[in-house]
Amino acid sequence: MNSDMSYDAVMNRKNEIMKNAVGIDYNDFESGSIAFEYEKMMKEVGYTLNEIREIQSYTSVGNTPLIELRNLTKIARMISAPGKGARIFIKDEAANPSGSFKDRRASVSAYRAKALGYEGIIAATSGNYGAAVASQAAINGLKCIVVQEVFDSKGKGQPEILEKGRKCEALGAEVVQLTVGPELFYTSLCLLEKTGYFNASLYTPFAISGIETLGYELAEQVKTRTGKEPTAVIITHAGGGNVTGTARGLLKAGCKNTKVIGASVNLEGLHMASDRDFNRKSFTTGHTGFGVPFATWPDRTDVPRNAARPLRYLDRYVTVSQGEVFYITEALAQLEGMERGPAGNTSLAAAFAIAQEMNEDEIIVVQETEYTGAGKLPSAQLTFAKLMGIEVRRGDPADDKPGERIVIPEHPSQIRVKDMDLDKMKRSYVKNCVTAYSKSKIRPEDITFLAEDTKSDVNYIKNTLDELAP
Amino acid sequence: MSAKKGDWVQIHRIELKPSERSSNLPQDTQSVPLEVWQKGFATHDAIMGDEIEIETVIGRKAKGELVKVNPEYEHNFGKPVAELLTIGAELRKILGGEENE
Repeated sequence: MNSDMSYDAVMNRKNEIMKNAVGIDYNDFESGSIAFEYEKMMKEVGYTLNEIREIQSYTSVGNTPLIELRNLTKIARMISAPGKGARIFIKDEAANPSGSFKDRRASVSAYRAKALGYEGIIAATSGNYGAAVASQAAINGLKCIVVQEVFDSKGKGQPEILEKGRKCEALGAEVVQLTVGPELFYTSLCLLEKTGYFNASLYTPFAISGIETLGYELAEQVKTRTGKEPTAVIITHAGGGNVTGTARGLLKAGCKNTKVIGASVNLEGLHMASDRDFNRKSFTTGHTGFGVPFATWPDRTDVPRNAARPLRYLDRYVTVSQGEVFYITEALAQLEGMERGPAGNTSLAAAFAIAQEMNEDEIIVVQETEYTGAGKLPSAQLTFAKLMGIEVRRGDPADDKPGERIVIPEHPSQIRVKDMDLDKMKRSYVKNCVTAYSKSKIRPEDITFLAEDTKSDVNYIKNTLDELAP
Repeated sequence: MSAKKGDWVQIHRIELKPSERSSNLPQDTQSVPLEVWQKGFATHDAIMGDEIEIETVIGRKAKGELVKVNPEYEHNFGKPVAELLTIGAELRKILGGEENE
């Protein structure tokens, strides 16, 4: 083993460590320019939808219930224009073994790790994914290490993350807890090199194709229940995998007209790598601190080419405030009898607002819930926020200010979405690609790739490139 | 306080000193070290603050300063939050059509 464990030395060995740890040679899909063969990668490295259904059924992942939220739909109709207020459904992903849709991602990686003869599996995540990997490792007889970003420099940890660490330990994983910083990745590279375990990256074709079953199932369930396709599916957006996998599943179910909407909690102004800001946010995922950078630069991840490419699928991307999500979390518990969240409730808050723009005969689906409990409840997160000096009050959520003030709506009509400028994000992505990959002239295949990767067309890309030219 | 061989303990160590960290960090993060905590069974007796070796639940060995014996989970459900307590009743009122009465 290489003995130079300095930050730079380990980061320089990244590609070699990853190749051993995910068993994918990404060079097979590279064309030496911006373009790479995305669909070929998904097809050759991943599994077919039916294979994944079989893998997931072995560990009881998937086939979660689709629940109609009749009371929330009724309220949405009461406060919207006559004839407006789509039927709101939610996919109860908390019913998966570890309590979230992340089991779908973890199941394929764990299956793969076992099939390739790895002794163990590693995930670097502070979220539900750790529990999912731990759970799948337990079922498959693999050892598991979860690396988490947990504490600020004063040793203080967000209750939600502490709970996720507890859950990983409950499922038999070794949990390595770190202070704030992107060197979480450095630590996980060191561990991968030292142990020779499989990297359950969130961004391999395994992790993404595992979510396709979610989009596929919900499409089938909506068709069976209502005789129609979902008008819109709303997906809490962080690293992009949830959007990508769900959208691909919808397409495989033939839902070409279903609108794919991403939703994130607005955390504008908070720096994700800041020791100070770390504990001044009340949402640890599903927020703009991941959503925006991962959409505009997906290849920033631990693997050379990210299989999660949200701009390829998003029709719309909206944000909601922390206070609005806490409000809807209460509403889901009190009106629908479901104590869940917080992550899926980000898209639920957005769905509640967007349903009011839609017609009564239309259908909007919130595609996930997650388990909840100590540390993960609004009461735990808001108690912690107050301790960190954040003001919490009732009022108009438009006054919400991340890191300073959380405003809980006084009335459901105050829940609104803010549209992100997808066009601007697409241009930003094209610019990032040109900076990172294009050493020489941009080729026609690069333009075709960028058009596909931004759900736009060749002319749009040509115009964007013209604007970028000096 | 001390740990006996076989006790379930938590260790702490500095993974990267401020000068060894990534150069691309906000100032507040750059000025503090990257720290690590791990849990496992002590492989020998030790006194709090001493370096100790542990064996983790998956059988890996790790070393660090002994910081806790029988580390417990301290996160909880939080305090009652006044800003949330009335939301359910307010919504039921709207649902029942009593809002403007």
